[in-house]
Amino acid sequence: MSIQLTLDGVNRSFDGFKAINNLSLTVEKGELRAVIGPNGAGKTTMMDIITGKTRPDSGVVLWNQSVDLTREDEAGAARLGIGRKFQKPTVFETQTVEDNIALALKEDRSVWATLVHRRTAIETAKITEILKTVKLADQRADVAGGLSHGQKQWLEIGMLLAQDPELLLVDEPAAGMTDAETMRTAELLRSIAGKHTVIVVEHDMDFVRALGCRVTVLHQGHVLAEGSIDHVSANEQVIEVYLGR
Amino acid sequence: MTLIDRRMGLFLIGLFVLTVAVPIGNLGLEDRLVPSYVVSLLGKYLCYALLAVALDLVWGYCGILSLGHGAFFALGGYAMGMHLMLEIGDRGVYANPDLPDFMVFLNYDALPWYWLGFDMFWFACIMVLLAPGALAFVFGWFAFRSRVTGVYLSIITQAMTYALMLAFFRNEMGFGGNNGLTDFKDVLGFDLQSDTTRAGLFILSAVALAAGLLIAKVITNSKLGKVLVAVRDAESRTRFIGYRVEHYKLFVFVVSAMMAGVAGALYTPQVGIINPGEFSPANSIGIVIWVALGGRGTLVGAALGAIIVGSAQTLLTGWFPELWIFVLGALFIFVTIFMPQGVLGVIEGSFRRGPPPRGLTPAKPVKA
Repeated sequence: MSIQLTLDGVNRSFDGFKAINNLSLTVEKGELRAVIGPNGAGKTTMMDIITGKTRPDSGVVLWNQSVDLTREDEAGAARLGIGRKFQKPTVFETQTVEDNIALALKEDRSVWATLVHRRTAIETAKITEILKTVKLADQRADVAGGLSHGQKQWLEIGMLLAQDPELLLVDEPAAGMTDAETMRTAELLRSIAGKHTVIVVEHDMDFVRALGCRVTVLHQGHVLAEGSIDHVSANEQVIEVYLGR
Repeated sequence: MTLIDRRMGLFLIGLFVLTVAVPIGNLGLEDRLVPSYVVSLLGKYLCYALLAVALDLVWGYCGILSLGHGAFFALGGYAMGMHLMLEIGDRGVYANPDLPDFMVFLNYDALPWYWLGFDMFWFACIMVLLAPGALAFVFGWFAFRSRVTGVYLSIITQAMTYALMLAFFRNEMGFGGNNGLTDFKDVLGFDLQSDTTRAGLFILSAVALAAGLLIAKVITNSKLGKVLVAVRDAESRTRFIGYRVEHYKLFVFVVSAMMAGVAGALYTPQVGIINPGEFSPANSIGIVIWVALGGRGTLVGAALGAIIVGSAQTLLTGWFPELWIFVLGALFIFVTIFMPQGVLGVIEGSFRRGPPPRGLTPAKPVKA
């Protein structure tokens, strides 16, 4: 298996506070990885660095072992194939569910291409398929702002599927979901791993357990432990800083 | 989404009727139903309407609240004014065949380099688009790349038009200082004082407004239009999907500035003067009021708003000149509080059949 993402000796501080401190991490292609850690561990900053929102002060961030991600902005990282799902679902509220998916479809994103764009039957079929996957087929023509919180989460996941990224960064997908929805989300993430690389940032230990994948524990901006859920939850340091005695 | 929906269709029909009826009422009948000054006045409102559509394109659809759109309007107006000045030729007070009166008065020896070419009508027409377009491009390039948004962007657009106003007030700029450009005689050989020319300019303004509306509609109906709305509603999300937000903003800002420039170019010959007052920040804020009053993000509403406020201003300044500014202020407060969708929203709300049009759709209550 080849390596999808490499972080090596990455540092980033905000006003003297070291949010990311000598962070090194590799994720393989097709891997499903959970990243956990207490508040302020640097999870969000790490995702900001990978997606081009924040530039690291020092260190190497490599995409497919060749492309320097620190030189990309958000749109650049997205075009390389990095998709991101936020903790708080952000969809385009005044547009229809269908248009939300259509905007995310993996297509030419230039100004001219979108100006002359005409919807094709292939696109419509793709949208239909995605809406079925996220169980929003009946809401197709509804305005996204009217969806429930859970439905918005699903719509955002649908938008990520439409984007068809190589790497998916998912920030606390289970937040605000019911237990049944949480389990369905875990199932969905497990099923798309393999075809896509998935990094999930999560607090909910039950959810992480349901993912059944390799877990990285972050603490004060660097990796504290890594391994299976049972391995890390047995780690003394992890118990001390995160799980609590 | 069809290009001409009900709203747009009704407006265009109304505009067409006006465009036919007003010149006939002015020229075609023995006892002039429509006085000549009304023709120019209505033509002026149509220019304002086009300007409002231009602002609605950036503000209503892309969330760029420009408080400096008057600058693009004025630049278009000046570009046309420069041509009209040179067409005066030796009929000016000083009878100088090469130099406009104000340059003779200020002891210019020759035309400044940036006036060269303006004796040609086609060149002036290109500059009407190019001058505002270039300013919008340079301004937008820096502002959007630096991710200046919201209030900060509004403030710097305001500063831009204010700086231009101060610059154009200076005699050394070579644009006639605080008097601006005036005393125009004719355009392409047509006497600007004649009723037929006035009617022609009025018709041209109506055509420009219709064209502007349709261009804006094509843009907002396209996938690009959906990206613009996405930028308006969730800018960073749009970036994370892979759209270069700054390119989209720049595109729509430049198109809008050019549209405003055309409005200014049609305004100048009908009003007979263009001066630095057009750059004043208050003017630009006025445009925002038109759009908000008519209905933001509806295009047609913006045009209606401009026509309504323009007409109200003319009538009220005639009846109670001192009160006009207070009426405008009260009107704006009233509309913002009681008619958040603008006049168009109220009209359509009372005649609505079928589902509400998109873009105006208020968010439905969240289902638990």
